[in-house]
Order: sequence, then structure tokens, then C-alpha cells
Amino acid sequence: MTYKKELRLSEAGKGDVLTVCGIRDPCRGIAGRLRDIGLTDGTHVVCVGHSPIGGMSAYEIRGAVIALRNEDADTVLCRRTSGAGS
Amino acid sequence: MSTDKNFTVALAGNPNVGKSTVFNALTGMHQHTGNWPGKTVAGALGTFTVPAGRVTLVDLPGTYSLASHSPEEEVARKYICGESAGGGRLPPDAVIVVCDACCLERNLILALQVMNTGVPTVVCVNLMDEAGSRGITVDTDKLASLLGVPTVPCAARQGVGLEGLKEVLSKVLSSPVLRETREIDPVSEASLIAASCSERPADAASRDRRLDRILTGKFTAFPIMALLLAVVFFITLKGAGPLSDGLSFVLSHVENFVRGALIAVGVPESVTSAVCDGALRVLFWVVSVMLPPMAIFFPTFTFLEDLGYLPRVAYNLDGCFKKCGACGKQALTMMMGFGCNAAGVTGCRIIDSPRERLVAILTNGFVPCNGRFPVMAALISVLCALSGVKSGIFPTAVMCAAVALGITLTFAVSLLLSETVLRGEPSSFTLELPPYRAPRVGEVIVRSVFDRTLFVLGRAAAVAAPAGLVIWALGRVKIDSVPILEYLTSALDPIGRLAGMDGVILTAFMLALPAAEITLPLMMLGYASGGVISPVRSLGVLPAIFSANGWTAKTAVCVLIFTLVHWPCSTTIITVRRETGSVRWTLAAALIPTFIGYALCVLVNLIF
Repeated sequence: MTYKKELRLSEAGKGDVLTVCGIRDPCRGIAGRLRDIGLTDGTHVVCVGHSPIGGMSAYEIRGAVIALRNEDADTVLCRRTSGAGS
Repeated sequence: MSTDKNFTVALAGNPNVGKSTVFNALTGMHQHTGNWPGKTVAGALGTFTVPAGRVTLVDLPGTYSLASHSPEEEVARKYICGESAGGGRLPPDAVIVVCDACCLERNLILALQVMNTGVPTVVCVNLMDEAGSRGITVDTDKLASLLGVPTVPCAARQGVGLEGLKEVLSKVLSSPVLRETREIDPVSEASLIAASCSERPADAASRDRRLDRILTGKFTAFPIMALLLAVVFFITLKGAGPLSDGLSFVLSHVENFVRGALIAVGVPESVTSAVCDGALRVLFWVVSVMLPPMAIFFPTFTFLEDLGYLPRVAYNLDGCFKKCGACGKQALTMMMGFGCNAAGVTGCRIIDSPRERLVAILTNGFVPCNGRFPVMAALISVLCALSGVKSGIFPTAVMCAAVALGITLTFAVSLLLSETVLRGEPSSFTLELPPYRAPRVGEVIVRSVFDRTLFVLGRAAAVAAPAGLVIWALGRVKIDSVPILEYLTSALDPIGRLAGMDGVILTAFMLALPAAEITLPLMMLGYASGGVISPVRSLGVLPAIFSANGWTAKTAVCVLIFTLVHWPCSTTIITVRRETGSVRWTLAAALIPTFIGYALCVLVNLIF
């Protein structure tokens, strides 16, 4: 896989496939919670859509679909594995 | 084989993997189930027997991990590890970890964490049927050998695999294998194990994603939400009328029969009147007017719940809740409030942040529960008659407007609280959007009628008869030849008049504190003070009685608003006290809606 720039999970567009490469700000309460749902380094995440009035997006993580607020998805650093439509 | 041994077994698992379904199937109990994470907040207990002995099964709240990030996780962790507030409690004899075959990897994290505590574990891979229909395969034999604990495939909704589960559990209980607590990383282990025993086609969730595109789509989400709500109300209001007429016809004959029987055996007239005109009449009113809307609303709503639509509503509405400084999961507790506000208040435990939980608890009463919903339905039919509108779509529109007002107030008060006494930043949370499941129509109808409708009705009936007696007595017992009821109603009259109502209406609301369902019959008894209310032939008599007592369309609107927004029923108040542990917040939960409801009625009264 070629190296691609890091981005935040919240920046993912619908259909983007990403690989988690770190969680920032581990002192915020969300870090443990993200780990519980299986969002750890190396996990593949697919952004499956955005909430109709924004502020929240849904991600497929380890076979389950979980919605996160953008502020929380901001703390997850990812690399793009493939873009929409690929 | 001895059957006198007693065992304690805990049922653990991620949220929404069908734990309650497994629980019900094993114990033969009827816990309410629904397709959304966080359904079970209070641990239920049930018993069943296996060859090894008698098992007490504890249904733990759904958790993603045993790390304690929220109160429910704390409960689950403490229970499994055998810790308790007082200390000294033993861990359970075994833990059944229910896993969702559709997303095994995530579910195995918890299973491995439970195994790591050293407690004997049985893994139940549930929803095998659903996985099969999505083309997902799980090799449970391989899973068992990799995990090193017994693993049972199961489809609890269809009752498949439960005998196997009992058998395996019995073996584990009769010869528990003590395992050393292991130091492995559950997350990476889960990923490895899941990868080698489960196969998942790329399009496993394609149907769900297509549905999501419509139900949570940018342009379709809100129209569909409004439409679904309107359809549910339309079905309820349309269907309730004929059912109500039928019931009241039958019950008025029952009343006549009882009266005849009492007179025939020589019971004094005053006792006969107390029983028939007081207790029975209020009771039958409640049954015939309140039962039909409940019996239709509950199943239709449960249908949406079973489908998995409710978390999507939370997802759609999250932006609004965020702007109000509240948690997106408040949408879930709000919708639980449609069933019962006390249940909604208890359900607020799914919200982790104490501040946001309090906001959700204080605003839960703004959605009409199943006790107030039929009252509003009846009031809308009165409004139709008083304003001369021939029903059609009008009742549904009014009901939608009323519920929209309730939801608006939920947002407004949440915002107000977050900006004033409960100031704070919105906290983080995760909201799982579960797979859509085809609702089991028969099951939904049977369960919602028997478990919920009859329960709510039973509660109403239990207070209806005594309340009927009380108001009958207040109307008969006189001080200085004026009935006590009249002192009460005339004292409240000016307060009522200011808000477009009257003293009798307010008295009825007050006496209906234990159950809002009885508000209307109490009003009728109040108007008939000293006399008797007409027997219930049909809903059609309501407008005539009310208009004879000075009601106009405006009165009906004010009473409708006040029904939607006033103090919560006593059960809800007690629940708020229990959940918040504070008298101050309990008072706030009662006074905030009372004040707002009264102010709205005054406004309506002064403007129109």
C-alpha cells in the first residue's frame, strides 16, 4: 500500500475506506469508549454516511455500524485505504 | 442426578445482541425486547432448571467492554467480578456471553474480557439465522476450540439452539473448569479469532445501507419520520373509535347487570350507587375509551422498534439535541416516553453524562405517554364536535401538532436547562445503528397487547375504581348542604378560568395524579356532582356533556395542551426521585411542565 496522508475520521466522505492509525487526546473520555467498540490501530473503517442535518456520521467498524459525533471522530487519526466509488 | 443445587448465571453481551430474547427463551419470561441498544437497563432475574440443578439467570445490561465507562458497564463488571458495594459477594457460577453472529469480531472482545476474569464462561453465538440470511458464516466448533470454552450456535428468536445451550451450561455448572486468568489483549485476539472462524461477504449489509440511504437520507429522513408518525396516529385514531363503541356497548350492559344484581339481593341504594355510578362507571370509562388507542398504538410503535428504526431517529435528530447541549441518545429515551414516561426516565440510564441524563429525565414528560395519549385522542374528538369539523384527516393533524409541540418543548427546555442550571459541553457517546430486522408481526401484537397494554390498563383500572369512589363521595358528602367537591372546584375555578379551563377540570387533573387515563371520566363525574354521569354508550356523548358545562373549542384546546404538558403521573415522579436521588430535581420535574403547560393555556386563552 502506498503511503497516504493522515486525516481525521471526521473528514471521511461517504464510502471512504480508512485504516485507523492512532487516537489523539487519549485523556478525553471518548478514547476508552472508542477502544471498546474496537476502534484501535490498524482497524478498517468504512464511512457509511452522514446524518441528514450533519454533526454526526455513521461508520462500519468490525462489522457493526456505529454513529459518532464529529467532535469525537475528530480524535481518530486515519489513513485512506480507498476512496469513494473504488 | 441432583436437581436441588442452586446456581447463579449471568447473561452478558454487547447491547442489542438479543440477550433479552435469550433470557425470555430460557426462563419463559416476557421481558420487553426491541431492536435498539440499551433496551435493558435494569437487570432482570429469572429461573430455569437444567440437569445439574436450578439456575437463577441474571440479565445484565448490554456492554461493549468490562472497562467501566458508564453506569451499566460498572454494574456488569462488578457483577461478573463478584464485587458489590458492600463487598463479599461471590462471582456468578458461570457467565453466558451472548454474541451477535453478524459482527462476531466486536462481540468477541467482551467474551474474551469475561473469560479473562477466570469465571466459567459459555459463549452463545446468537442471531445465526440473521447471519445466514446475510451470507455470514460462523464455524462455532472452530470458535470453541480457539476460545477454549464451550460455544453454542443459536437463533433465540426462533427458539433454535436453546436446548443445546442448556445442556452445555449444565455440563459447565456440574464440573466447572477453573481457568487461570490470562493476560492477553482482547482486541487483537478477537480480531484473529473472528477472522479464522467467520466469513463475511462484502455485501453482507447492502440491504441495510440501501434502507439507511432512504431513512437517514439528507432529503428523505425528515419527511419519512413525520409521515411514519402521522401514519401511526392515523391508524390509532381511526381504529380506536369503532373498538371503543363496541367495548362501551358491552360494558354498559355489564353495569346494568351488576346494578340489577345488587338491587335484587337487597343492597342499600347508596351502596349500589357508589359501586355503579362511582367505581364501576369510571372503571368502564377507562377501559372502553382508553384501551382501544393503547391496543393499537403499542403494536404499531413496537413494530417500528422491532424493525430497528428508533436508533435511526436518534441519528437523524442528533444535530438538534447537540445544539440544545443534550445527548443524541435522548431521542431514544424520548421515544420510550411514548410508551411510558416512567420507563423513559429509567431508560435515561443509557446516557452516560450525569448532566445530559438529568436534562433527558426532566424533559421526558413532554411526549405523551400511553396513558395521556388516549385522553388526547378523546379530547380531539371532542374538539372536532365542538368546532363542527367533520373528522377526516383533522384528528391526525391535531395529534401531530400536539406531539410536535411536545417535541419542540423537549428541545426548548433542554436548551434552557443546558444554558442555565445544567450548563456544560455536550459529551461524547457512541450510537450503534443495528441491522434492520423483519418484525415478527404476530409476536409484536401478542406481546405488546399482553405485556404493555394490559399492564398500563391494569394500573389505570386499579386507580380508576377508588378514584371514582372518592369523587363520588366528594360529590355526595355535604358540609352546610354544599358538597365537598364544590368547595374544591370553586376554589380552583378562578385559577382554571384564567387558563381557559375551570375548577372541575383542574380537580380532575389533580385527582388523576396516579394515572392520567382517568382524567376524563373524573371530569364527567365532577360535572355531574351530586347527580350521575351518563352510562358510556359511545364517545359521542362526551361533547354534549362538556358543552352543556360551558366548553367551547377553546376549552378543548386548553385541556388538550394541559393534558400534554402538566405534572407527570405519580409513578413517574417516584421514578424521577429514584433515578436522580434528589428531591430538588424531582420537584423540578413536576413544576417545570406544570408551569409551562399552565402558561401556554393562559396564552391560548388570552389570545384567542
